[in-house]
Parts: sequence; structure tokens; C-alpha cells
Amino acid sequence: MITVDTVSKRFGEYTALDAVSLEVPEGSLTALLGPSGSGKSTLLRIIGGLELPDAGVIRIDGEDVTKVPPQRRGIGFVFQHYAAFRHMTVRDNVAFGLTVRKQPKARIEARTSELLGIVGLAGYAERYPNQLSGGQRQRMALARALAVEPRVLLLDEPFGALDAKVRAELREWLRRLHEEVEVTTLLVTHDQEEAMSIADRIAVMDNARIEQVGGPRELYDRPANPFVAGFLGAVSQLGDRLVRPHDILIETDALDGGLEAQVQRVVHLGFEVRVELMLTDGAEVSAQLTRQTVDELELAHGDIVWLHAAPTTVLPDAGPDAAATVDPGPEVAGERAA
Amino acid sequence: MVLDRKATLSLRALALGYLIILLLIPLLLIFFRTFEDGVAAFWAQVTTPASIAAIQLSLTIVAIAVPLNVIFGIVTALALARGRFPGRGIVQAIVDLPFAVSPVIVGVSLILLWGTGGWLGGLAGLGIQVIFSLPGMVLATIFVTLPFVVREVEPVLHEIGDEQEQAAATLGASRMQTFWRITLPAIRWGLVYGVVLTVARALGEFGALIVVSGAVSGESQTLTLLVHSRYIDDHNVFGAYAASTVLMAFAIVTLLLMTTLNRRRELE
Repeated sequence: MITVDTVSKRFGEYTALDAVSLEVPEGSLTALLGPSGSGKSTLLRIIGGLELPDAGVIRIDGEDVTKVPPQRRGIGFVFQHYAAFRHMTVRDNVAFGLTVRKQPKARIEARTSELLGIVGLAGYAERYPNQLSGGQRQRMALARALAVEPRVLLLDEPFGALDAKVRAELREWLRRLHEEVEVTTLLVTHDQEEAMSIADRIAVMDNARIEQVGGPRELYDRPANPFVAGFLGAVSQLGDRLVRPHDILIETDALDGGLEAQVQRVVHLGFEVRVELMLTDGAEVSAQLTRQTVDELELAHGDIVWLHAAPTTVLPDAGPDAAATVDPGPEVAGERAA
Repeated sequence: MVLDRKATLSLRALALGYLIILLLIPLLLIFFRTFEDGVAAFWAQVTTPASIAAIQLSLTIVAIAVPLNVIFGIVTALALARGRFPGRGIVQAIVDLPFAVSPVIVGVSLILLWGTGGWLGGLAGLGIQVIFSLPGMVLATIFVTLPFVVREVEPVLHEIGDEQEQAAATLGASRMQTFWRITLPAIRWGLVYGVVLTVARALGEFGALIVVSGAVSGESQTLTLLVHSRYIDDHNVFGAYAASTVLMAFAIVTLLLMTTLNRRRELE
């Protein structure tokens, strides 16, 4: 278990962490999700001992490790750009932690082979990192981190430098690996889809603070504020309410009241149909419907319809500056990639 | 810029001619003169006691100055690349000082510091002779060759970044283990290149040495000083050519070493 207790960190005038507290339960796979510059990587590096906090306490399994160097924290750390030891073979990379601990040769050999098998690199043991693909390199880095049997595994945007297809495969793989190894894992990502698909808990960060912590479903359905609502998924604004686009109900008559709107465009995306609407005050709203519903309603450009919010989700009311905070926009992969 | 074939060819010929006339011909001439009267004559000149002593002295200076500059160079490069300390810019400038200061001035300044009447001149009274002796020559050589290792290693350190070192730390490696197992192998080509340059420069040093050495034949005369003394003082022109050829042989060996190592570095 990792406990972060009111940790603060400044870099000159810039506040990276502002009295952040967080608990990562034993055996969980928790994601630290936030836009670049939100402080999530700094928090991970402080937990790993690669940065020192200005204030606050870090505990791992109850032990205060705030001033303990990374060597003695019992952590495994995986970097976005792999940090592969380029002059060593894959086997020597994975064995490194055991080698510097002066473990018996036979044990190192056995453990390394076992881990290479787990991460699917058994046939690549004698290769050098530059002979591996990005995905393979990151799996090697994971095996290297796991070899020393860390108490916690810390992953800093581990798939950020990989292309979309490999990224999706590795997510799935990491999820299964975690079920197998069951080590307490904290993963930093700016990709909400990645966080939702991998983690059992998500801590959403923004502006050096943690905005909300909870399960993926909980955060999606009951976000604490417009920022979390917008960061975890698309939102549309209906009057002063925020609604998920798939929770907008469209009626072709005004019997039940609702907000009047005109259909601007009907975009067929396969099973899903996006209906772009304009309210009477000129505001634009995007609704997400199934093909069946759209066919039943016979929606077409120019139609006048009435909009309701489905009662299933409870999003926070749009604040006065909601429009500015709702959409963080797609983020460029790899905030530290330069 | 698009050049037609003719212009390209003539530009190449010009560059090549420049190199040949300015660099190659003068050196080849020495070579030619050295072996004009056969290998035996050359051999007789390089096996005189003075010549053997000069070769030994030159190699001794290299053997002391180069390891010291390697250690200092790595430490300084690490400090410059990894450290965030005040006065970093000043250190950067100081490291480059030997490139800017003429070796003759280095020699004179060393005498001011270590010679009789200098701040540290009292050492001579204790029986430690610095100026006109080996320590002074080593000091002068260290001074003029100081930047090479730093300047070759520092950019490599920047290029590899510190993530590998951080990864090693999280895996339990101590600072020393990280240095020997991660940092040193990662910078090895830059280091080798720096060492080769240091050796070449150390062997060829003349200006600072002629001031601090006293150039006593058989005692404090390096190969470069031997060439000078044979040519200027003894009017033994042929002997000067022969000693020059020995110096050049060392230089060519280091150059070849550098080229092959460079090729291996590119292959990796």
C-alpha cells in the first residue's frame, strides 16, 4: 500500500504538487490521470524517490520512506522511454537488479528466465535493446522492474511512446499481468481511455491537486466537478446542466417540455449516430444515439426537436466557467517526450 | 544548392589540393628525407642515448598526464552534465581555457607559480624539484590537454540522459555500481576518443615544455624538444627528421586507432 500524505513540491515559482494526499490500496492497479503539467509524473517520481518533496510524507506499507533513497524503497519503476541499458543484452537488463544485489548466479538465472517467459521475451534473451520493438522494450523494462520483487510498481506513461495498436495490446497485457503478479501498481497516464480500461481505481489530477478518486464507473457517472466530467468523457451542456451525449433524449414533440433545438447534422458512425443540434439561444449540442432510435425518430436536417437529460447520470451543474473547463481537448502523447 | 557536375568536381579538387599542399606534402617530405639514406641511418639516429631517453620521457609524461586527465575529465563532465550548481558557466569557461591560452604562456605561468620565488617555489627547498624537471613537464602537459576528455564525454552524457542511471537506482544499484555498470559503458566511446586526442596532444606538446623543462638532453628532453634541439642547436637536420618520423609514427598510430574506434562507434 502506498500512502501519500499532504505532499507539496515546487520547482522555482511553479507549483507541481499542492498538499496532495492519496492512498493506493494493496494489490490495486491505480491510475493517476490528468493533463500534462497536472503534477502526476512529479507525484510518481516522489513516490519512487527520484524527487524529494518540499513537504509531506510518503509511506510504503506503513513505513515512512520520505527520505529513503530509491535503492532501498522496494519499488519497481518503469519509464516512458524504457530507460533500457543499451549496452546490455535483454537478459542482463532483466537480471540487473539481482546482479547488483549479489544474488547467487543460479537464482539470477532462474528468476530472469522465468520473467522473460512471463513477458513473452524468452526468445530474445541474447538480443540488445536496439534490436527490439518499442513494445518489446517496454515489456523488458517491466520484467526488469519486477525481477527484484518490488513492494510497489510505478509506471510513468509506460505506453506513451508507442503507437496506438501496440498501446492497446499492451494495456490488455498489463491488465492480465497484474492479475497474475498482484503487485500494488500506480500508473501515470494522460489518456482517459487507458485509465478506464486498465485501472480499478483512478485518481484524477489537475493543477497540482487531486480532483477526485474512485472507480472508473463512479468517476464517469458521478464526477465531482466539471473538470473530471469533461476529462473522463465527452459532455454536452443542456441549459445549465452537463450531460453525457448518450444521455440526451430526443423527442419530436413538446408534450413533455424540454429544450427546443434544431437538427443541424446527422452523422452515421456505424451503430452509433451523432446528432448535432442547435438550441434556440444558438448554443451547439452533440447527442449520441443508436441507429435504431434515429430511424424511429426519422431525424433529418432542419427538424425541430425537444431535448431532455436522461435521469441515469448525475453530472455536476455547469459552473459559470464550465465552458472553459469542460473540454481539455486531446493531448499530445508524451508530455516529456522532447 | 544545386551544382552541376563540373562545379562539384572542381570544388572537390580544390579542397583536396588544399589538404595535399598544406598538410600532406610537408609531412611526406620529412618521411622521404628520413628514409632517403636507408633504414639503417634512420635507426642509428633514433637509437642514440638522447633519442631513447626522449622517447621514454615523452611516454612517461603521457602515462602520468593521461590517467589524471581521464579521472578529472570524467568527474568534471559528470558535474557539468548532471549537476545544477552555481558557477557552472564559469567552470565551462575555465575548462576551455587551455584551448585559448598559448602553451608558451602556460609555461611562463607555471614558472611564476612553482619556480624559485613563486608562491609554491618553496617546495624546491624541500627537495621537490618541479620546474626544469618531470613534475613541471607533467603539469604543463596536463594543463594543455585538460579539455579533451571533458569535451568528448560531456555531450555523450547529455545525449544518454539520466534515465538509465535513475532506472539503475530504482533497481537497487549504489552510486558506484551505477557508475561502473551503467554510466561508464554508456560513455566509453566518447571517453576513448577523448583519451586518443589527449595522447596525441600530449605527445606533440612543445611550447609549454620548452619553457618549463630546461631541455637537458637525456634528462628533460622530450621527443618534440629533441627535434627542435637537433634542428636548431646541433644542426643535425637528418637527426631531426628521424625523431620527427618517430613522433609522426606515434601520431599515425593514434589516428588509426581513432578512426577504427570511430567506425565501431558508428556501427553500434
